[in-house]
Amino acid sequence: MDRRESLKSLFVGSLAGGLALKGCAPVDSEVESVAEPAAEEGYGRTEKEKIRDEKIKADSFFQEPELETLAVLCDIILPATADFGSAGDAEVPEFIEFIVKDMPAHQLPLRGGLMWLDNQSNSRFNLEFRSCSPEQQLEMVDDIAYPEEEPSDMAPGIAFFSLVRNLTLTGYYTSKMGIKELGYAGNTPGVWDGVPDEVLKAHGLSYDPQWLERCVDQSKRDELAAWDEDGNLLST
Amino acid sequence: MQIIEAADGYDAVIIGSGAGGGMAAKILAESGLKVAIVEAGPMFDPKNNAHRTQLRWPYESPRRGANNVRPFGDFDSAYGGWEIEGEPYTHKSGTKFDWFRSRMVGGRTNHWGRISLRFGPKDFKRKDQDGLGDNWPISYEDVKPYYDQVDQLVGVFGTKEDFPNEPNGFFLPPPKPRLHELYFKQAANKANIPVIPSRMSMLTKRINTDRGVCFYCGQCSRACMVEADFSSGTCLIFPAQRAGGQITLFTDAMAREIATDADGRATGVHYIDKNTRQENFVGGKVVVLAASACSSARILLNSKSSTFPDGLGNGSGMIGRYLHDSTGASRMAFVPQLLDRKIYNEDGVGGMHVYTPWWLDNKQLDFPRGYHLEVWGGLGMPSYGFGFNVSEMNKFTGGVVGGYGNKLREDVRKFYGSFMGISGRGESVAQYDNYCEIDPQHVDEFGIPVLRFHYKWTDYERAQAKHMHETFESIFDAMGAKSVGTKPGPEDDYGLLAPGRIIHEVGTTRMGVNPKTSVVNAYQQMHEVDNVFVVDGGPFVSQADKNPTWTILALAWRTSEYIIDQINQQNI
Repeated sequence: MDRRESLKSLFVGSLAGGLALKGCAPVDSEVESVAEPAAEEGYGRTEKEKIRDEKIKADSFFQEPELETLAVLCDIILPATADFGSAGDAEVPEFIEFIVKDMPAHQLPLRGGLMWLDNQSNSRFNLEFRSCSPEQQLEMVDDIAYPEEEPSDMAPGIAFFSLVRNLTLTGYYTSKMGIKELGYAGNTPGVWDGVPDEVLKAHGLSYDPQWLERCVDQSKRDELAAWDEDGNLLST
Repeated sequence: MQIIEAADGYDAVIIGSGAGGGMAAKILAESGLKVAIVEAGPMFDPKNNAHRTQLRWPYESPRRGANNVRPFGDFDSAYGGWEIEGEPYTHKSGTKFDWFRSRMVGGRTNHWGRISLRFGPKDFKRKDQDGLGDNWPISYEDVKPYYDQVDQLVGVFGTKEDFPNEPNGFFLPPPKPRLHELYFKQAANKANIPVIPSRMSMLTKRINTDRGVCFYCGQCSRACMVEADFSSGTCLIFPAQRAGGQITLFTDAMAREIATDADGRATGVHYIDKNTRQENFVGGKVVVLAASACSSARILLNSKSSTFPDGLGNGSGMIGRYLHDSTGASRMAFVPQLLDRKIYNEDGVGGMHVYTPWWLDNKQLDFPRGYHLEVWGGLGMPSYGFGFNVSEMNKFTGGVVGGYGNKLREDVRKFYGSFMGISGRGESVAQYDNYCEIDPQHVDEFGIPVLRFHYKWTDYERAQAKHMHETFESIFDAMGAKSVGTKPGPEDDYGLLAPGRIIHEVGTTRMGVNPKTSVVNAYQQMHEVDNVFVVDGGPFVSQADKNPTWTILALAWRTSEYIIDQINQQNI
């Protein structure tokens, strides 16, 4: 078995378990095969890193009422649409619970911000935020969701909401659902063969022919490279 | 102490398994020498699923790939960083130097940017042109045959441009530019700045039956499971072992000191086994330092004996001196043409498909050394930080800043992929007063005295960073792009990053003809200890406006051939 074959079987495990994935641009030659990762194998951690992750997961930071309030906020920030779920559906509150333990600098701003929100809410509605009606909640959020020219009494809430918004967006768009919604099309073996023609056209751009003729001819990518003694490649 | 092998157990003991150590191991083993590699980190092989981060999704990491555990994010393959628990370093006189270390087989070659540039003829003789620093004792012509060999052994894409001071090579064909790179080229050309295909060590074509061809996931920093990019383990050490080379890898083995005999010649390496916390000794006829510029300096300085009271081969007092890193500054801009763009897979190779080599004449400028430009942007894979402050971008388009609900979804969609960044990476002038030395008071967790750094940028680097920012803006202006943030001024060194941040630190065991002012000779052999060689960035007299890896590889190959020749002649 040559090196390439042994590599292939190594990734694929058994050939039946492997995916011979097609490229992003169709080409004749085959793309390297890679294995479908098994869920339980982790994500390439060192022993020290594994211990760190496990410790954090075993710990907890937010109390139940805090998590409830956070969940309300996350779903106000990203509610469900006809096609995609809400932040809650993408388990954003769970992500935030992890990240504050992982990045303790977030703890005080979030805990303090949640309490500030309840304080405000108590003053206005005599209710904690999570117990308010949806209309009352939105009234409150409207006051802290936009930056101000001049700092007002709302400034702490604005800073807090901005942080929750950031973490919600990050949590959502790094989830399986969020990536699908975004339409990110990579992270898969493929063959890059340039900007699609219709995109070039839409941008009024074109490839310089002289530049292009020196680029890789993807139909020959599998052919062994060879050079003459001056370093000229014998095929592109 | 445990003796792993008797004093003459190995023909060569190599400290470090990165670019220099891997190349030395391969060349020496191929000639039939019995080689030991002492590596401070664990085994790493990107083909091993337990190590693999390539093709993983952000949600496989509970922190979504954030960079608070690994400095370039969870999926970057470097085990280490600027700060390593238990392995501190200190600073002198309030100066700053950030020291990056990768502790793993292959070292930093597992995650590096793969920008693979040869130094040009001028880069070896800078003093001749501006009177600053020193010339190398070798010229481009001495290194050219080795660059040619490295190109063909490792594989690098690029194009023959006949560009001044950017030598041609044995190139694989480059990939086509991405959309933002076409905008970059168009705007840079408008601003009279040239743009050429980048030169990077990914295989756009097959070069042998061992390694795979690039499958364009854009993740070279995660290390490639089909070995389509260069790393020392996958391209040098493992293939040499498979070919029957006698290479023994000692992992988690922290080199402490090079042992010497009564004549002051090296006899082997003392190291700490990190797992057992025991000291071991591995003996060899030749010792090759490839631990990275500062680590090699540290090991030499810690190797004191009656013959060498100030550190092995340090009669000149030059070890640790002339430490220098590349300069770096960056700027980002919003590109209105890329607003609301069509989304497709443009991962490409990891990093840029086009770049700008240094294109101006320093004689016309107020700083002596050049820089190159790197461009970044595009439809990247989301990770922690994605979507942060996205609604603020509406200030560029007159939209509403802030808010919540499905408006945010719209913001994310339309601004995705509409930003572009440019980074300058330049040459600094090596200074005698920028150095690392042994801190007399502190040890690391292995009881080894640590390094203390003293480093200050000069006005040369500050003026260069100022010029970089003017260049960034001239390109963004020509594009109609809107620069994000404010242009840094003199109060923050014109955005110049702290030394060490670009991770191109070199110069600590510099090469020269004169043993009083240099540490190694033109073959990277220590002037004062003829069986000790240095094949990392330490021997660099000057760091060009290029990335150092290709030159480390070429020089390590050249030195390895010299070692074999010297052994055959029974000189060492």
